[in-house]
Amino acid sequence: MLKLSVVGWVTFVGMVALAILPPVFLWTGHAFYLDLASRLVILAIAAVSLNLILGYGGMVSFGHAAFIGLGAYAVGIPAHHATWGGFEAVASYNGLFHLLLAVGISALFALITGAISLRTKGVYFIMITMAFSQMAFFLFQSLEVYNGDDGLTIDIRSELPMINLDDPLQLYLLSYVSLVGAMILVKIIVNSRFGMVLQGAKGNNERMVTLGYNTYFYRLTAYVISGAMCGYAGFLLGNFTTFISPDMMHWTRSGELMFMVILGGASTAFGAVLGSSTFVLIEEFLSSLTTFWHLPFGLMLIGVVLFIRGGLMGLFKAGGK
Amino acid sequence: MTALLKVFGLNKSFGGVTATDDVNLDVLKGEIHAVIGPNGAGKTTLISQLSGGLKSDSGRVVLAGREITHKPAYARAKLGITRSFQITSLVMGLSVLDNVALAVQAQDGHSFRFLKPARSLTHIRDAAMENLNKVGLRGRADSLTSELSHGEHRQLEIAIALASGAELMLLDEPMAGLGPEESALLVAFLKELKGERTILLIEHDMDAVFALADRISVLVYGRLIATGSPEDIRNNDEVRHAYLGED
Amino acid sequence: MDYTLLFVQTLNGLQLGLLLFLVASGLTLVFGILDFVNLAHGSIYMIGAFICASLTLLIGNFLWAVVIALPLTGALGFAIEKLVARRLYEKDHLDHVLGTFGLILVLETLAHLLWGPAGITVPLPLWLDGQIELFEGAVIPSYRLLIIGTGLAVAAGLVWLVNYTRLGMLIRAGASNRTMVSALGIDIQTLFALVFALGAMMAGLAGMLITPITTASLGMGGQIIITAFVVIIIGGIGSMKGAFVAALIVGMINTMGRSFLDQGFELFMSEDAAETAAPAVSAMAIYILMAIILAFRPQGLFPPRVR
Repeated sequence: MLKLSVVGWVTFVGMVALAILPPVFLWTGHAFYLDLASRLVILAIAAVSLNLILGYGGMVSFGHAAFIGLGAYAVGIPAHHATWGGFEAVASYNGLFHLLLAVGISALFALITGAISLRTKGVYFIMITMAFSQMAFFLFQSLEVYNGDDGLTIDIRSELPMINLDDPLQLYLLSYVSLVGAMILVKIIVNSRFGMVLQGAKGNNERMVTLGYNTYFYRLTAYVISGAMCGYAGFLLGNFTTFISPDMMHWTRSGELMFMVILGGASTAFGAVLGSSTFVLIEEFLSSLTTFWHLPFGLMLIGVVLFIRGGLMGLFKAGGK
Repeated sequence: MTALLKVFGLNKSFGGVTATDDVNLDVLKGEIHAVIGPNGAGKTTLISQLSGGLKSDSGRVVLAGREITHKPAYARAKLGITRSFQITSLVMGLSVLDNVALAVQAQDGHSFRFLKPARSLTHIRDAAMENLNKVGLRGRADSLTSELSHGEHRQLEIAIALASGAELMLLDEPMAGLGPEESALLVAFLKELKGERTILLIEHDMDAVFALADRISVLVYGRLIATGSPEDIRNNDEVRHAYLGED
Repeated sequence: MDYTLLFVQTLNGLQLGLLLFLVASGLTLVFGILDFVNLAHGSIYMIGAFICASLTLLIGNFLWAVVIALPLTGALGFAIEKLVARRLYEKDHLDHVLGTFGLILVLETLAHLLWGPAGITVPLPLWLDGQIELFEGAVIPSYRLLIIGTGLAVAAGLVWLVNYTRLGMLIRAGASNRTMVSALGIDIQTLFALVFALGAMMAGLAGMLITPITTASLGMGGQIIITAFVVIIIGGIGSMKGAFVAALIVGMINTMGRSFLDQGFELFMSEDAAETAAPAVSAMAIYILMAIILAFRPQGLFPPRVR
């Protein structure tokens, strides 16, 4: 039998469940749960990307929703032009093009905003990343050509080789495999030399600088990687919902993403997944009870902040020692 | 003996308070040079200005013939300066070995390397372990840094300073908070380093200072009032006056 | 160049800037003195607006409604401080942000429950709804002058309070050394609660003043809070002077950008391109400004002295 810690076992069981249950739900006629799982998994990818810089790097970015939105618009805008004409250069249904655009634009946005934001720290950093995310929101809200606030609807999903994104199961499987890939990638990065520098800088930046590390560049690199990964999640989300609006980039979305990471326990690989699952499920459950579900939800969030240290995974870690 | 570090007219003020006042100083290669002075004399500020942690208002710092006055801290570290901190400054969330390994890793080219797990790099881990061994912390290598005692933290600070391979070590009160036994061990250890490394040492523990120092500089209200051999300093009237009631 | 339009828009910018100052000052006061980041500050702005709107419809008099709503909003601030903020002081800033984020959800839903999803429109009393011609062609609503006057008066009042009163001295002392002040026997808890309530009242006042022009709506809190944060980031978090200067700059840029940017763009691009680019850029303008300022001064324009 595999020798795993409690954390390891939770991760293993959780990931297996996510691999098996949703298809089963689909085949037993509960397609709704497959949809729920898709959303959960896609948001988990975004949460994993945020966890790279938050949990391991100590950078509290309150602006990651911008990357999700950019990734989604990287699907929406080309599709829009392919359908309605104009802007020949980007008009396309080609999924690989969408993907590269999503990751590329997100990485660029991360590079520019990160270069500025990372000159600050603490509360300033939180606020600035929040402001940049809101800037992206206002930008897209003002673009009448893409319906501004009303958002874009795409009729044709990204066309990928061998994968048909119109089939909800295939979309789910792509998302799931992507999630696994993201988790593995983050783990590799965190354990590498680069990751050690990042962790060191999180724990004691002054010490790292004294050792000879220009921590600014290491952090910026991590920020760009995180943004790009999150942009990929946006690419998936845009294809999943087929409705793309500036609201995806609103700073409150960033807050929700932040909560997923904190709820699940920053700095564990599976924590981000656990957090996004819990978040999505509770949101689903509460909203089915009442339209005023934001109230108990908000109270719950306040409760988490006040009482749960280390997030849900922290509870597992403590139990497993 | 040649001067490894030369300091010319260094100044630093905070608002109305002058912390460093026209300091001129030489640190000779291979010596242990102690800086002493009453509390608040500006000793830690001086170290920060030398390591690059603080920007000087004016003056020059030259390391092994190279002008490093305007270089940021991380660049100075790469050129052969390291410092330890008066208040322990370690990465508490990582293991003891990880902390030292980071010091070694910093000297092993750039760290924009993503593929291999850092903890599997034997050349780095072995070098780190060697330094832990030197300070006697081998047995604590895998412990979480936050779990160590204060004395062990001070040892770890020294191990890290060693591991960085820097020629010039700026040690800020390494004995701070240590009991008599631990202090004696650290003094013996630093004595052995003489010649191998060059050390600029801030200390309040006068026994340690007089046991270790080749030369002593005295800093009072940011001004260097005397530099000389331990004997010279012991007999210096101005120094005695400044220290009346102290120590 | 239409100088009359320029003048009118300058006054517009001044009005927006002063309203922003009212909101931002509370935010920066609470951060500077309590070291507390309050995301829910915008929600207080909204609730102040709603309370005043309801009272206006109830008693039929806008000014009296403001007079009554102000202390009520202050009481709300007091309650929030006691119930939520106080428990978060010990924790780090991220926890403040997350906790008050949850608080926003709670407050917005409560507002929804109490006042419904649609907003409340409040008409201006006739005597305030007039227009004044300052000079040839420059006609501005007299209400705007009232807002500007009120904003300047509050700013002056704050300067007086912080620099010339005992309370202000305690506030400044508490900011630099909490333990000392409480060791002197001053009740820090009450002091903090008062500061929080003061900040809440100013945010509420801003909401009340703007309601007759727009409406009291559920989304207004979320809209203003980010702009308020941009203001205090630019001004220097914790600095009143910074908040004032930055608020005016932001107010001006927002207003001028929307009015004149398309004309500016038309100087070197086609009318169509300008029509698309101008609203986009003016929407982003204050963030671009923030980015530029931070590139040179990461601590903002007037960072308060480090504690």
